[in-house]
Amino acid sequence: MATPNTPLWEVFIRSRNGLAHKHVGSLHAPDATLALQAARDVYTRRGEGLSIWVVPSSAITASDPSEKGMMFEPAESKIYRHPTFYDVPEEVGHM
Amino acid sequence: MYTQALNTSEAEDRNLEDAARAAQFQARIDAEERIEPNDWMPAAYRKTLVRQISQHAHSEIVGMLPEGNWITRAPTLRRKAALLAKVQDECGHGLYLYAAAETLGSSREELVDQMLAGKAKYSSIFNYPTLTWADIGVIGWLVDGAAIMNQIPLCRCSYGPYARAMIRVCKEESFHQRQGYEIMLTLSRGSEEQKAMAQDALNRWWWPVLMMFGPPDRASQHGDTSTRWKIKRFSNDELRQKFVDATVPQAQYLGLTIPDPGMRLNATTGHWEYSAIDWEEFKQVLAGNGPCNRDRMAARRKAHEEGAWVREAAAAYAEKRRQRSAARAA
Repeated sequence: MATPNTPLWEVFIRSRNGLAHKHVGSLHAPDATLALQAARDVYTRRGEGLSIWVVPSSAITASDPSEKGMMFEPAESKIYRHPTFYDVPEEVGHM
Repeated sequence: MYTQALNTSEAEDRNLEDAARAAQFQARIDAEERIEPNDWMPAAYRKTLVRQISQHAHSEIVGMLPEGNWITRAPTLRRKAALLAKVQDECGHGLYLYAAAETLGSSREELVDQMLAGKAKYSSIFNYPTLTWADIGVIGWLVDGAAIMNQIPLCRCSYGPYARAMIRVCKEESFHQRQGYEIMLTLSRGSEEQKAMAQDALNRWWWPVLMMFGPPDRASQHGDTSTRWKIKRFSNDELRQKFVDATVPQAQYLGLTIPDPGMRLNATTGHWEYSAIDWEEFKQVLAGNGPCNRDRMAARRKAHEEGAWVREAAAAYAEKRRQRSAARAA
């Protein structure tokens, strides 16, 4: 019997410093339990994390890189969304 | 005739489009942008990367064999724990690299099969035997030292997933080189027999390690396009020279002699000049005629075949659980 290709999982780890889970890479595993164990062995051999998420790669919907212009243009023209857009006199101090 | 004419014009348009896209692609590379898996890339760029990354992955996996040979015979528990951790790292590095290669559209199964069928290459260095404990010291010090020299520029490689994998690998690899040098230091400060053992290991590994950087620049097949695509940042000879310059003082500190009577410091350039490398040996080892090629391939095939039932059982169990939870949901 030919064994089917083992499914691909994306691995996310929350590091010690309390930040959000961050993508660290991917791995193959037949199911979620083994994916978690493999993620522990492959991505946290030096205490890199306190929590792991594994997500089937097939469950991820990604934006299209060829449409990134259209996708992100709306934010680029709105410089008034940044604090430096506004003038506050120096006498007022840090704000 | 009309149809044919249409086809021709379509094909020409596609070529034009590809030329435009290739120019755009090169502009992104020149601007130091990273290329990501879903971005358009020339077919040759993809092919070069799949070849290079998968060869790199195979090297990490085969690289476990010469060292694994000494895990049960390490002289102390401390050395054994370190060697075991190092070999586990090599396995992890292989897996990061297979994952990076897979983002280019080849499955890991496909890549592993190519290696097991003898169609894919791996680093020539792993076809040499580890005859004494001192070989484990030399592998950490020089083989990993040479690998780091090669891999640090790859952290800035134009292909994002490869560069990111190399950053992790380089972080982990630095302990490998230090533990190797520590073994060499202990041996070279030890008894006469231990010193002789260290020197003998250096004698056997020196030239094969210099060959790890690949053929000289004048003979390299892949250098030019790889440089243009910023996959490669330094030429083989440049990296080899950097490695030699870094290694000579380390060997002097150990009180060991590099087995090259012709080696001398060029006072003008500040570089250590080494004698001619026997490229015929390199060619032979790559062609499958090194001291351990057949052993290594046989060991990989045996491990793969003997692990087949585990893969099948895990897949069957996952399938059973999937069906049960589907039945419960129904």
